[in-house]
Amino acid sequence: MDELIGILEGLHPDVDFRQTAGLIDDGVLDSFDIISLVAEIDNIFDVQIPAAEIVPENFNSAQALQDLIERLSDD
Amino acid sequence: MRTHLLEYLEDTVRRVPEKIAYSNGQDDMTFAQVYRESRAIGSFLQARDLRCQPVVVFMNKHPRAITAFLGVLYAGAAYVPIDEEMPRIRIRLILDTLQPRALICDSQTARAVASLEYTGAVFGYEQICQTPETPAALAAIRDAHIDTDPAYVVFTSGATGVPKGVVACHRSVIDYIEAFSEVLRLDESTVFGMQVPLYFDACLKEVFPTLKFGATTYIIPRNLFMFPVKLVAFLNTHQVNTLCWVVSALTMISAFGTLDTVVPHTLRLIAFGSEVMPVKQLRSWRKALPDARFINLYGPTEATGMSCYFDVDRDFADDEPIPIGRPFRNTGILLLGPDNRLARPGETGEICIRGTALTMGYYKAFDKTAEVFVQNPLNDAYPELIYRTGDLARLNERGELVFVSRKDYQIKHMGHRIELGEIEAGANALEAVRMAGCIYDAEDGKIVLFYAGDLEPGALLAALRDRLPRYMLPNQVEPLDRLPLTSNAKIDRVTLKQMHEHKKKEKQHG
Repeated sequence: MDELIGILEGLHPDVDFRQTAGLIDDGVLDSFDIISLVAEIDNIFDVQIPAAEIVPENFNSAQALQDLIERLSDD
Repeated sequence: MRTHLLEYLEDTVRRVPEKIAYSNGQDDMTFAQVYRESRAIGSFLQARDLRCQPVVVFMNKHPRAITAFLGVLYAGAAYVPIDEEMPRIRIRLILDTLQPRALICDSQTARAVASLEYTGAVFGYEQICQTPETPAALAAIRDAHIDTDPAYVVFTSGATGVPKGVVACHRSVIDYIEAFSEVLRLDESTVFGMQVPLYFDACLKEVFPTLKFGATTYIIPRNLFMFPVKLVAFLNTHQVNTLCWVVSALTMISAFGTLDTVVPHTLRLIAFGSEVMPVKQLRSWRKALPDARFINLYGPTEATGMSCYFDVDRDFADDEPIPIGRPFRNTGILLLGPDNRLARPGETGEICIRGTALTMGYYKAFDKTAEVFVQNPLNDAYPELIYRTGDLARLNERGELVFVSRKDYQIKHMGHRIELGEIEAGANALEAVRMAGCIYDAEDGKIVLFYAGDLEPGALLAALRDRLPRYMLPNQVEPLDRLPLTSNAKIDRVTLKQMHEHKKKEKQHG
């Protein structure tokens, strides 16, 4: 989780990602961020997020994103 | 002879009044509604005598915002699109330049307008669109109109930190729309899926051909560009057949492998531009849509919109550039070498544009205008303006124009034209920053900002967020004790670039 928080903080240093839900619903992340996130997650975790998984539910909080990464690395 | 952009609307509303002109998927506006409300707004504004004056439209991306543009044109004024995406400081700089006497907002942007320290008149769209029509006054304005009167002012990045307002007249927009529509073979069956924000000249591609042909434009909600599968679903639901998008929006779909899952099967024309299209991405689009036409577009805001096009007619190798092709009809391109002579085939020269499509120049910036709108150096017989783009290109062996690079520190990032100097100026404006230097890593598509100063990278980024548009924010921020300087005491971007490359290599090798 720390690694993921690190990536997120790189995008928005002013947001406390451990406490914040609604990253999509409240407009914290935008399309630039999603593109960077998908690329960084591929780089660092070697996990390729398929298009069908790039949906608001999977990006709404750090926890949701962490769950997605774990689910995809199990496959 | 067409001399006014609204003639497109006036012809079409007679033919297909009940057809949808603009929609965002939820709210639709027919041509009859667009006609009625834009004339109401024109009737309201005409009483304020704003002929050839800038009128700011600060509204959300919605069919009503386009109707407000047209309402401004009915009043004989020039619309200036502003958006909530723009940081407050940038909006203030724009208002400082324009000193506009009138601004139109909607109920959602009214609060943001109140925070701007703007002292001119503010009008709410929802109120003024109910104004009873004043046909005689509108006719009088039209009667006095000439096609070199301004239609809009849009702002582009300026190297000193102050955005430049490009003023376009009706004649150049009509010229562009006619030539563009011909190449794209647009008609009444065209259904656009609009990606670009309304505050760029890029939106002309959808806004005016829709009026000209009685076509339909679906304005795509911004947040769909985060979620490729939902985005394709939107295109399919509304049977969109024509896209004019920036490259990064198209690659957002193809790079995630979206096209293996869902295909926007109603598309028949995909035009792209504003940056270099990676060949691999183009290939996956062509594979998914083998019957569609793909067109590469090139053009600066100063020449109204797009100036050149290339109909993708063959496959390209991964490292081969896709040409920008040839100029639109009635546009002239000169490739000028450093000695102001025509570049020979294969030789690199600066793209210089001549013709009716040239805009009038920059608003209240005569010196800046004169730097780039200059006498054609090949013509010593009579006055003839060309626009020097600062873009370098060459002719390939097939006689097609191929973009090479920029002459200066202007970059294209995520489809946006950015002066690195504007980012530096934004950082230098912060008290805690002593000096800042910016480079662009084109390979990774990253803006990297180096700075010396008494604040953390995170705090610097947070402060820049208030000053710069989202697409100008650095993707990487590096603190330094001092910045490298050249012998004449300018920031040494070459050394900064080397430092960045060096660090990148270290990272890759762990």
